[in-house]
Amino acid sequence: MIAYISRRIAAMFVILFGSSFLIYNADAYAGDPTEGLRGSTNPQAHQKLIALIRELHLNVPPPARYFIWLKGILKVFTGHIDLGLTRDHSPVSTAISNAIPITIRLILSSFILAVLFGIGFGIVSALRQYSRFDYAMTFFAFLMYSLPIFWVAVLLKEYLAISFNNFLLNGKIAPLWILSAAAVSGVFWAAVISGSRRRVFSIFAVAGAATAFFLWYLSISKWFTHPGLGPVVMLVLGLGFGVGTTYLSTGITNKAALRSSVAVVLIGFALYFPVEYFLKKDASLITIIIMLALSIAIATGVSYFFTKIDRRPVVRTSIITSILVGILFIIDKLMKTWVPYINSDAIHQRPIPTISEANSLLPSGNFWFSSLDTVLHLILPTIALVLITMAAYLRYSRGTMLEVLNQDYIRTARAKGLPERTVIMRHAFRNTLIPITTVLVVDFAGIMGGAIITENVFGWHGMGTLLNQAIHGQDLNLLMGVFLFTAALIIMANLVADLLYSALDPRIRVVGKK
Amino acid sequence: MAFLFKRRSKPVEVDPESDIFNKETEGLSQGQIVRKRFFRHRGAMISLIVLISLVLFVFSTLGFKIFGIGYGGWWKYKITDLPALRTQGCSIELPGCPTLSLIPGRNFGLGDHPFGQDDLGRDYFALVMRGAERSIEVMVVIGLVAAALGIVVGAIAGFYRGVIDATLMRFVDFIITIPVLVIGSVLGYHFGSKGVLFLALFLGLVSWGGLSRLVRGDFLSLREREFVDAARVAGASNGRIIFKHILPNAIGVIIVNVTLIMSGAILLEAALSYLGFGVVPPDVSLGLLISQYQDSFTTRPWLFWWPGLIIIIIALSVNFIGDGLRDAFDPRQRRRISRKDRAAERQMTAKK
Repeated sequence: MIAYISRRIAAMFVILFGSSFLIYNADAYAGDPTEGLRGSTNPQAHQKLIALIRELHLNVPPPARYFIWLKGILKVFTGHIDLGLTRDHSPVSTAISNAIPITIRLILSSFILAVLFGIGFGIVSALRQYSRFDYAMTFFAFLMYSLPIFWVAVLLKEYLAISFNNFLLNGKIAPLWILSAAAVSGVFWAAVISGSRRRVFSIFAVAGAATAFFLWYLSISKWFTHPGLGPVVMLVLGLGFGVGTTYLSTGITNKAALRSSVAVVLIGFALYFPVEYFLKKDASLITIIIMLALSIAIATGVSYFFTKIDRRPVVRTSIITSILVGILFIIDKLMKTWVPYINSDAIHQRPIPTISEANSLLPSGNFWFSSLDTVLHLILPTIALVLITMAAYLRYSRGTMLEVLNQDYIRTARAKGLPERTVIMRHAFRNTLIPITTVLVVDFAGIMGGAIITENVFGWHGMGTLLNQAIHGQDLNLLMGVFLFTAALIIMANLVADLLYSALDPRIRVVGKK
Repeated sequence: MAFLFKRRSKPVEVDPESDIFNKETEGLSQGQIVRKRFFRHRGAMISLIVLISLVLFVFSTLGFKIFGIGYGGWWKYKITDLPALRTQGCSIELPGCPTLSLIPGRNFGLGDHPFGQDDLGRDYFALVMRGAERSIEVMVVIGLVAAALGIVVGAIAGFYRGVIDATLMRFVDFIITIPVLVIGSVLGYHFGSKGVLFLALFLGLVSWGGLSRLVRGDFLSLREREFVDAARVAGASNGRIIFKHILPNAIGVIIVNVTLIMSGAILLEAALSYLGFGVVPPDVSLGLLISQYQDSFTTRPWLFWWPGLIIIIIALSVNFIGDGLRDAFDPRQRRRISRKDRAAERQMTAKK
């Protein structure tokens, strides 16, 4: 195994060497970084030119200059990587290390959402093969495949940010919108649940009426301008999460799991006020992580209390429930920050921003303010990215699930008389996840490079902006820095995917036969 | 949530060897079966018709010139014309609004400026049509280059195996790991001014990696089959075996993936042009149009809608055609048995 990994890593260095050499020379020969200064009438232009040539070693021909650059890269083994200087005489490594967290922030949330939605819809679509829902999902996936992201982004800016901000000024939903939202939700639920024609109609009516009533209530109670969940709704939601997680994870018949996750929810709510007080005093990312760890510990303890044997599924269920309750608390806290946030001077009642990753006018130091700001800045790019990337996962998980459902072990599981939930969740779903996981790893690296357009449209100062800047400014060192990072990430993701595949599926061996 | 897992009545699965299937494919060649299945795929057929008519429409609008044989095009404006801004029928602040009307009545038809005019007065219909021409050209060139390289490299690697295979596949690894958008931006920025076909050629050179891997996989298994042995015994040369015997059997994978590459290519070109690394003015492309006019969305929305819609139409129909082809070529494909088929089968068994 170690021999295999080291061989792959060696191959990775060779590939990186080759491709970086290629790009370096292509860019160096095609563009001239001194072009702007040569034509300049600035009296200091000549001195600047000489300084630039000396700093970037422009008097050395590109193939040889590449090795000067490579020497700096190879210092990575001594711990001090040197990516050279940008044209503004600042180190490339600083620019890149500033940009990476921003790009990761942009990608991570949309990636997680796209995976959840994509796999979820894909599997439901596979379970209802050839139904109307399935056809609609297929069409939807192809449509999303074909969308140019920059075009969608402009539409989102117009309709989701500007119009929504206008809407928030009074927070009343027009009756026409309520009706159309009700119709959409009715069609959606009728298609998901499906059944006989009469059943479909009644589901349509119930879901549509519920949605309409819900929106109407939100509208008249001024929920959009003063959002909040309130203790009752939160408790109901929390218990719903507990029961739902138990159902999907172990089945409702597992009494220990059900009791344990309901107990976790109740304990969480018993601790609501202490947590609230604690978060008000000093909140930061670290306190949130500590709370997460605490809640996982509590969940584990509770599930140990409720079980004697077969603990693992119960522990798993309780931990998922506790995390969901934690997320609920955070959402509650963010909603409480909403009113002071939109009334602050930096926001001017227009909370959904269309560009940039953070509002620089916002007073710093308040954790919940800046968190809410981050979340709101994430909304538009996340929706755009989720729409575009979800389609692939939807199609892929649908195809894999259909293949798995045709396997003999599924027939065996059904023949044993297992309940359908167990057949799907334990036998089919888990085997579907194996190929999907490996695709996801490679894809994550790909999206990292592909977020260039999204960043550009939404004005985020991440890797994409750096690339843009590097190409337009003939900044070779910066370009190489961005390239090296994205290419290394892709290659490593490929390696990780191969290893993961063999770890998840014992039938596949990476070592030995090639 | 129990509804999620309720088993619904599955579509009747018929053994592929049963009468209902044999009756359908009896006496037909492989190509005929594929064609028949493809024609039955409704989405793919609609997409094919849409795509063909769109291509004909787009290329006849402004005319074209190949090898000196030219056709002037039926549209009255060129992209360089600057007709006066139309004020009649538009609001005063926004001259140059679109005249396209699909509601039957007095103004039905294209009118003077179906997609409106931009702020200078240029006819936007002509601009969009030129942009669509560019996009289709780029799509076809990238598809052809990627298909040619992918097929040749994959076929050679899969057929000869051994050292040749290992070397070529390492080279493919190398191509695949280069982020397409990064290298596309670099190449597009420096060579975009040399013309759109040049750009497409370069993009084709970096997008064949995945296809060649698939072709290699197919060749590795096909070369062990009996018909290859038979051809070799009959004295066929390696080249003949590769192109006459194995390649036709791998054509399904190839066609399906080339369509996928093509639908990706059209979005890639649009994205690069949008970023300013693709087609450069004075030439026109759909991505470029979107980037030029995205700020006028609130004032002149028609300048924004059309290029995006055309991109979506082209990419969507290519994707659907690819899906139809995949279904048509897939030998394991089990068609959903319709009520009519079942009735036919019952009749058949009753007669027996």
